[in-house]
Amino acid sequence: MRNNFSKYLVRKAEKDNNIFIVVADISPAGKMEDFQKKFKDRFINVGVSEQSMIGLCSGLAASGKKPFAYTIATFSLYRPFEMVRDDLCYQNLPVTVVGMGAGTVYSTLGGTHLTQEDISIARSIPNMQVLVPCDPLELEKCIDYCIQNKKGPVYLRIGKSGEAIFTDKSKEKFIFGKLRNISKGSDVCIVCSGPIIKLAFELKKRFKNLSIYSAHTLKPFDYKQINKLENKYKKIITIEDHSEIGGLASIFRENIINKKKLFNFSLKDKFIHNYGDQNNLLRLHGISVQKIERVLNERN
Amino acid sequence: MTFKLQYFLKNSLKRRYKYRKRLLDLSQKVTALHIGGSFSCLEILDVIYNYFINKKYKDKFILSKGHSAIMQYIILEDHKIIKKKDLNNYCQNTGSIGVHPEIFTPGIEASTGSLGHGLAIGAGMALAKSHKNQTIYVVISDGELMEGSVWESVLLISSLKINNIVLIIDNNDLQSATKASDTHPTLYPIDKKFSSFGWDVSKANGHNQNEILNKILNRDKKKPFALVAKTIKGYPISFMKNVPYWHYRAPDNNEYKLAIKELKKLKR
Repeated sequence: MRNNFSKYLVRKAEKDNNIFIVVADISPAGKMEDFQKKFKDRFINVGVSEQSMIGLCSGLAASGKKPFAYTIATFSLYRPFEMVRDDLCYQNLPVTVVGMGAGTVYSTLGGTHLTQEDISIARSIPNMQVLVPCDPLELEKCIDYCIQNKKGPVYLRIGKSGEAIFTDKSKEKFIFGKLRNISKGSDVCIVCSGPIIKLAFELKKRFKNLSIYSAHTLKPFDYKQINKLENKYKKIITIEDHSEIGGLASIFRENIINKKKLFNFSLKDKFIHNYGDQNNLLRLHGISVQKIERVLNERN
Repeated sequence: MTFKLQYFLKNSLKRRYKYRKRLLDLSQKVTALHIGGSFSCLEILDVIYNYFINKKYKDKFILSKGHSAIMQYIILEDHKIIKKKDLNNYCQNTGSIGVHPEIFTPGIEASTGSLGHGLAIGAGMALAKSHKNQTIYVVISDGELMEGSVWESVLLISSLKINNIVLIIDNNDLQSATKASDTHPTLYPIDKKFSSFGWDVSKANGHNQNEILNKILNRDKKKPFALVAKTIKGYPISFMKNVPYWHYRAPDNNEYKLAIKELKKLKR
């Protein structure tokens, strides 16, 4: 996703000289190097100073520029939190804060590099919009939105590398603020936010009737759709690489009428002290294809 | 001396009397206000607004020590940017102007109040460079220098070679309750810290406008510039000067009358 992010932003920056990228000590590897080479004045590396990264972006946006603040999620949102809240949200300036490698992506780096509660935090700040694309193609749509967005700040939560493409065959287009059906089915639907949608597609191989949705916009949320899904499907399953508090599971729990229909797969409200691959971390918090399969096999 | 400078200095005494009197008048309608720090930076703000800011060049001013915003509002009122009736409603139930500056108020460039934010915001504005001759002016307090985020920006601004920034430090040496030189003696000397970070630095008496002006005018424009302006909190009212008590307090009616009397004497 991060390569696609840079590649696509280079394309957009060629046509729009207001696009700036402000990074905090992220090596300009791969496509990011292209941006730096082509638009030297619009690529700013602030180094290990995330508070300044956000403050600087607010000053750029207040002067009519379209800045993207970019670093690993925990450092783009947690470290400079007050700057995000005061400089971006309180002043309501259109800056995109990119949280790269969010959730449990950096599975071997330990809890200081994991973002289990970023969506919850970002959603709770007034004026903040929250976007969580499920694959590199949906990310491009999110970037398009961020570039034309004049409403206020955006938290754009993305993965890192190797994410598969799922939305290429989707009949429904990306519309900001709407739940998006990616794969049609009946009986049971799975709603996912982010690249964890891959679990749903793995299940789809065996459960052909699964309907799969991408909840790419977590704020503002498409609340009306929750009750429509409730009426249409026997079961609703949510999957997210995020805490059970304040993310996709919370949104559904707070708004669904028939709670018996709802099954949530989220990270527990506990810090992670484990290592290994991302699947290992997710599994230890009860998120796995096998666990979800059990819900699908249950009769009711 | 240029005609502009002569004109500025000639009217300065009258203007500053008017601004301080307006603040004292407003103080009688509220329970408390940051009078000490607002008085300490008036000479600085007056120089920035009434001498330096050039609208043609899209110059901007950020008050990073947002708790002195009342002084900023008073100047903006004088410039007819803020309406008198709005300032009369300062901190009132029906008002839209409160203690700290808000970007949505006419003439205000940044919402500050939490210390340590203004310099990075100013750096972003300076980088955006809306006009080739644009200068961004930022005023911070010396207590604010204890915020780590300030030093992030100090290091960053010189490293990125952002040279169209003028930072003025209101060095009144008083925080809300104590002296900075008592609690953080190693904060001093301030100027050497900035110069070691690659800034051009000068020192001035923060109540001597001729000195402030000349130091800013004679800066090295190839570097970001910081002016350590030595000020007195509560200046020039005798019973407010250097008294921590006046960080956040409104004078009662007797104190108000005394303060006005002293101001009138100084005006002559």
